[in-house]
Amino acid sequence: MSEEDEFELEPIEILELPLDAWHRDKGARMVEFAGYHMPIQYEGIMAEHIWTRENAGLFDVSHMGQLMLTGDGAAEALEALVPGDISALKEGKMRYSLLLAEDGGVLDDMMITAVPMGLYVVVNGAVKWDDMGYLREYLPDEITINNMEDRALLALQGPKAVDALKRVVPGVDALYFMEAGSFFWGPKTDPEPLWISRSGYTGEDGFEISVPATHAQKLADQLCAQPEVKPIGLGARDSLRLEAGLPLYGHDMNPELEPVEANAAFAISKRRRAEGGFAGSDRILNALANGPVRKLVGLSVDGKMPVREGAPIFAGEAQVGVITSGGFGPSVGAPIAMGYVDAAHNAVGTALEAEVRGKRVSVTVASLPFIPHHYHRKGANT
Amino acid sequence: MTRYFTEDHEWIDVDGDSATVGITHYAQSQLGDIVFAEVPAAGATLNKGGDAAVVESVKAASDVYAPVSGTVLEGNDALEGDPALVNSDPEGEGWFFKLTLSDSSELDSLMDAAAYQAFVDGL
Repeated sequence: MSEEDEFELEPIEILELPLDAWHRDKGARMVEFAGYHMPIQYEGIMAEHIWTRENAGLFDVSHMGQLMLTGDGAAEALEALVPGDISALKEGKMRYSLLLAEDGGVLDDMMITAVPMGLYVVVNGAVKWDDMGYLREYLPDEITINNMEDRALLALQGPKAVDALKRVVPGVDALYFMEAGSFFWGPKTDPEPLWISRSGYTGEDGFEISVPATHAQKLADQLCAQPEVKPIGLGARDSLRLEAGLPLYGHDMNPELEPVEANAAFAISKRRRAEGGFAGSDRILNALANGPVRKLVGLSVDGKMPVREGAPIFAGEAQVGVITSGGFGPSVGAPIAMGYVDAAHNAVGTALEAEVRGKRVSVTVASLPFIPHHYHRKGANT
Repeated sequence: MTRYFTEDHEWIDVDGDSATVGITHYAQSQLGDIVFAEVPAAGATLNKGGDAAVVESVKAASDVYAPVSGTVLEGNDALEGDPALVNSDPEGEGWFFKLTLSDSSELDSLMDAAAYQAFVDGL
């Protein structure tokens, strides 16, 4: 090898999910996403989207980071970096939260669950390595961060998800939305514990299942053998979450924006609002008190032409915002979008325009979600 | 009538000095569900390889390029009401526009059906 060769950059290796061969066998078209080869679609985004809204869809989200935080005082320590009341979280309960930079910018959004060992944290695949580095730097040395790379993560979403899953894993129907627990799966003589939460990213009822990677294919096969279940790709995952008004990190949220701007004020717990003491709390609590200068809102789009990420938003001649997610909503039957709009123009019902390929398109600030959530909430009638 | 193909997956049916342009079956299968198509207006001048139309699937917008230079005779208005025609009949009812050719020698650089099939097989 010559000296020059040492300075050539190796191409970044695209990683394989535990179910890579399984996806290809099911006819998936694979794309690169978050550093992994991932299934974008099987039979087609539209059909997969509608199937999930009416039945149950199985999503492989094993690219996401599954972290276990252990050590005395893990919850209190994590509270320095997130705005949620983590120390009050009871075992088996989960909370949506945000990883905050020192200036209050959003570094990631995440699900935090209190488990017997400590805290189980699911973070976005695209930024999981950055998250781990940041957590390691800012959490005390006594807190251990375990990246559970030996586990796959499957999401079963849709109104019939509970019917299908309880046949494969008895007892899961006892969970309510945002609850989680350990459930035995497989033969009574040699059961495998699965960590299952009633949560998801589609706006529908559903579950997320943490399973040892070695067992992921067997579980996926058993789930897809249920008449309600089909495998669903990333394409439909994106259109489902957009209709549900759920932000996609790196698009609808980024380190420049604090949580109130990102329409995630609900993730700032009451006690934390009163006490502060988290990264960027001065800036964030000021935005809560006085209103954010701009905010992530939903936008309904006139006509049929989709308005996509990056399109500028205008009130007359003045640019007042930008689209951060946009596309066609299969269940809405029309284009929909989300974007940041300045405070003076972001009330629901405000008529604005987006610019696409040099042409103006009428858009209207809409309340989120576009499609009502159908979560299985405790105390609800359904 | 002779059909030619481009490496950008357009087809063009040539009849004398006029032609019809669309995207191939392979192209629509790669794009997935088409939800919107924007076709050029009659009278528009197109340059070979330049932007001619837009096709949008659920997930992304893609350009359709002009296989040859010419002047648009008409766009396919049917795509406005039923963009899914591009999925169901890409090389028939799902055509994008008709044009008059300004330089028929530009056709020489395009592929015939056999060459295009070989090109797609190599992708």
